[in-house]
Amino acid sequence: MSIAFGNPDRPNSYIGKTVPRPNARKLVQGRGRYVDDIVLPRMVHVAFVRSPFAHARITGIEAEAAKGVKGVLRVFTGADLAEVCTPWVGVLAHLKGLKSPPQHALAVDRAAWVGEPVVAVVATSRAAAEDGAALVEVDYDPLPVVTDTMTALDADTPVLHPDLGDNLAFRRLHEEGDVAAAMASAHKVISARFRTARHTGVTPEPRSILVDWSPADGQMTAYHATQAPHMIQTVLAAHLDLPESRVRVICGDVGGSYGIKVHVYPDEVATAAIAKVMGRPVKFIADRLESFSTDIHARDHEIEAKIAVDAEGRILAMDVDDWTGIGPYSVYPRTSAIEGNQVVNLCGGPYDFANYRARTTVVFQNKTPTCQYRAVGHPIAVAITEGLVDMAAAALGMDPVEIRRRNMYADDAYPVTSPAKMRFEGLSHHASMDKLMEMMDYDALRADQAEARKRGKHRGIGIASFIELTNPSPFMYGIGGARISAQDGCTVRMDPDGSIVALSGVTEQGQGTEAMLSQVVAEGVGVLPSSVRVITGDTQVTPYGGGTWASRGAGIGGEAALQAARALRQSILEVAAAMLQADAGALDIRDGQVVTAETGEQRLPLEELGRIVYFRGDTLPKGLPRELVQTRHFITMDYPFAFTNGVQASYLEVDTDTGVVTLLNHWCVEDCGRVINPQLVDEQIRGGIVQGLGGALYEEIHYDSEGQLLNGSMADYLVPMAAEMPDMQIGHVETPTKESELGAKGAGEAGTAGAPAAVMNAINDALRPLGAQVTEMPFTPERILRALGTIQD
Amino acid sequence: MKASAGGYARAVDVPHALELMAGSAGAGRYLAGGQSLVAALNMRLSEGDMLIDISRIADLSGIREDGDHLRIGALTRHADIGRDALIRTHAPLLSDAVRHIAHAAIRNRGTIGGALAHADPAAEFPACALALGATLHAQGGTGTRDIAAEEFFEDVFTTTLAEGEILTGLSVPKAEAGEVQVIEEVARRSGDYALTGLCLVRRAAGHRLSIFSAGPVPMLARGAMAALDAGDLDAAVEALRAEIDPPSDTQASGSYRRHLAGVLLRRAVKRIEGDRA
Ligand SMILES: Cc1cc2nc3c(=O)[nH]c(=O)nc-3n(C[C@H](O)[C@H](O)[C@H](O)COP(=O)(O)OP(=O)(O)OC[C@H]3O[C@@H](n4cnc5c(N)ncnc54)[C@H](O)[C@@H]3O)c2cc1C
Repeated sequence: MSIAFGNPDRPNSYIGKTVPRPNARKLVQGRGRYVDDIVLPRMVHVAFVRSPFAHARITGIEAEAAKGVKGVLRVFTGADLAEVCTPWVGVLAHLKGLKSPPQHALAVDRAAWVGEPVVAVVATSRAAAEDGAALVEVDYDPLPVVTDTMTALDADTPVLHPDLGDNLAFRRLHEEGDVAAAMASAHKVISARFRTARHTGVTPEPRSILVDWSPADGQMTAYHATQAPHMIQTVLAAHLDLPESRVRVICGDVGGSYGIKVHVYPDEVATAAIAKVMGRPVKFIADRLESFSTDIHARDHEIEAKIAVDAEGRILAMDVDDWTGIGPYSVYPRTSAIEGNQVVNLCGGPYDFANYRARTTVVFQNKTPTCQYRAVGHPIAVAITEGLVDMAAAALGMDPVEIRRRNMYADDAYPVTSPAKMRFEGLSHHASMDKLMEMMDYDALRADQAEARKRGKHRGIGIASFIELTNPSPFMYGIGGARISAQDGCTVRMDPDGSIVALSGVTEQGQGTEAMLSQVVAEGVGVLPSSVRVITGDTQVTPYGGGTWASRGAGIGGEAALQAARALRQSILEVAAAMLQADAGALDIRDGQVVTAETGEQRLPLEELGRIVYFRGDTLPKGLPRELVQTRHFITMDYPFAFTNGVQASYLEVDTDTGVVTLLNHWCVEDCGRVINPQLVDEQIRGGIVQGLGGALYEEIHYDSEGQLLNGSMADYLVPMAAEMPDMQIGHVETPTKESELGAKGAGEAGTAGAPAAVMNAINDALRPLGAQVTEMPFTPERILRALGTIQD
Repeated sequence: MKASAGGYARAVDVPHALELMAGSAGAGRYLAGGQSLVAALNMRLSEGDMLIDISRIADLSGIREDGDHLRIGALTRHADIGRDALIRTHAPLLSDAVRHIAHAAIRNRGTIGGALAHADPAAEFPACALALGATLHAQGGTGTRDIAAEEFFEDVFTTTLAEGEILTGLSVPKAEAGEVQVIEEVARRSGDYALTGLCLVRRAAGHRLSIFSAGPVPMLARGAMAALDAGDLDAAVEALRAEIDPPSDTQASGSYRRHLAGVLLRRAVKRIEGDRA
């Protein structure tokens, strides 16, 4: 029996409805349990001495004074930890040519970015550990520094890792059709240079880990704020010489991740190594400065790009040359080449065109390592694509909506393969655009814009269509040799009181995964969401799975939960049929009661069934299966990724005297397939948009030419704040994926993917009558005035 | 990072605070609202301070009329200044400044004395004190003294308060009939320190214009003031831009700030004239 999603009045119709989040009350009341809330007997704290140089040889470490500080127990150097912890290399086989040197938990002999951990000081309190760390004297011999991306491969730039030969970490060129010929014969060719700034994720809860090693039973338990507990289990086991089965990773409440907490961090592995050496629980909680200098950064790209169009505005070709600097190491185990690779995969995504060339060049430099952060590569690819499309429209005197309509894949064109060789199962660009036009009342807005211009106000409308990669298959990481699961599982069981427990391999980072799981399981079994308890984030308890990344929780984890829930329903009905001497096919479960499917007549409460099964099993027929625990796994097979699509729009005003941009309104229509929980999806989109707006207007990590981080605080690295945020209207088109019964694709990154491009296009729409254009993010007041020529020196 | 303070004591009154300071062997540090000091401690920018908490000294808080002046206690919170009726009537510049200062939680704790003593070049209250021609009151081991606002700000985070001296309050002249006071600033986000800002006061005696976040200390732009008195706005903008040498940082260059100063001056003058019309 399949679920009649089209009928909102069907029994147990929780999928598609906003239901309360099971964990919201606990979090709001301050009763969440984050890693830092956990206190274990004999627990100690570690603080790290970090490199103040972007690149330096470590010539000596003097720690006697630190050891004399009250409370300090031990000091570890890189050499000390190298004896118990093997180094790692962040490469994957399918990213051909990607290279990276071995990276240690603590720098050995050489530090390669400001903030790299060099010495660990362990003490009875974090304060004492810091007191000790302040007294550790490290002798550094500064080495030449590489900071600029575009000159990293120049002959006179020093090579950061001499063993690797050059500063090139990875390069990929993709060519489809004949770009040169298409450009040569085009009606217009428009080129532009784009820049996206270095960002970081700024999670409300910083990176946190508490590791407990019990020599007695040879087991390591890591309480960890992570997105991927099973991946971390593998990594700790592999590098600390433990059997995988003897590492347990527990991930309780997590205060936001955004991709920051899905990577392997040297200080976290060092914490685990120290726990193993000392035989005591060791806690490390990053402080805000450590977060800025050691959480992964992202999006530091410089791009030259061209688009060719014919006189009707049809796209003939796109040519993209993308460069990014990733720091001194490719981050383990997902690598730092994925973002550039995504730019190649995603540019031109919404459009049906033939000739495409894209190259990404990924170089080493002495800055904080970069890696995957929410919407990996998407905001960059969308900015390039949508920026160029708008410039082409302007060059042709065409409306920006019209040029998109002329080029987007027709809604009935699917399945199709894009010139970047991405396979789309089913998208809805035109339906989404239609819905957007209606929601924003495009024509009225254009009239308002014209009216404002008469009053000397410069308002702009920006549109950005996009695609988003979700529900990844093993083609993302597994194929390259990483032990990162694309499959996920869920175990659903009924307890004697008729309540349901669901254990899932996907994880809760504060985004509402557990709410999603509770309603899917509730509908799948036939109970109230409130009688489902969800357990995630414990490698010893849940089915093996991938966790949270690449917008996979609902699409992969949700489907596993649905199938497990429906299997449990079937098991329950088999027992009920025996008890009621009825045909299982004629029964249903609704609101926790076995009922006659046709009439809805209540026949047996689940708690009575539970009582019989668990305590009076003797009264059931011998040989009757009574398996009230069911597990199912799900993996996508038909497509490497489930692409989603959408379109955003921004309306804003530019103060051309000060350069300040005021966001007036923002819209997003997106298609994530089946919407399981409308409010959760809308808030994911809004949260994502806010992060995208941050990239467009505020966020930028600054380094000087010596590789010194200049703005490692919340006062200097500007994240968007509520007061600056516009209203955000969210709409949906639903094109469920046929790969699963649930039909859900991901929704967590769409907002971030499209918002920066929408804002850029809106600013340029406002500035175009003044002959100015901006393409370098964030669009600070100063950059806008420079584009206007107001400031020149 | 965890703060590493050397100790803490709560003063019951000013003499007690001065006594604690005298006994602190140079490590004493007054703690008022804590909104700048505690942040610095938490970054270990300052370690081992002996904190002398003056925040409960009742005498140092509150606003009262004092002839043709308002007397404002150093411990008066930003939020209280923002909603005080005497201030609204007699020194509206201060009321208006409050909404530019940080966020509600910080305004509930931060004190005007702390803001003045801290002397952040981008802070609003120091510039207000300059534009209004305030007199600051200090008390130290050797007694009390008055310091003109013009004499108070020496350098970045540095004032002419002597070692151990407490700022007890300030007096601002009540606005005369027809006096107009405005503050203009641009910040990247609401609550952020200004990229640049200015306070403009027009009195019978002439204009007073102070500019902040445009140099190491807030300053009176005397050239621009003279041009405004002469009724020449363009000359005032030019004079202002010439009088300042704003720094560059990650938020904006000195050139941007210099440009912005002129824009803000035009806006301030427009608002003043709007009031006259
Ligand atoms: C996120 C954030 C944003 C902010 N934004 C702004 C802003 O936009 N504009 C702005 O103006 N300010 C801003 N502030 C600073 C805020 O206004 C502070 O409260 C103020 O600068 C200091 O006042 P305080 O009472 O908190 O002083 P404290 O932090 O307690 O003390 C600051 C310094 O002054 C000394 N001190 C305090 N009181 C006295 C006294 N009576 N006599 C002698 N010395 C004294 C202390 O010893 C210390 O050195 C911001 C602060 C934060 C945390």
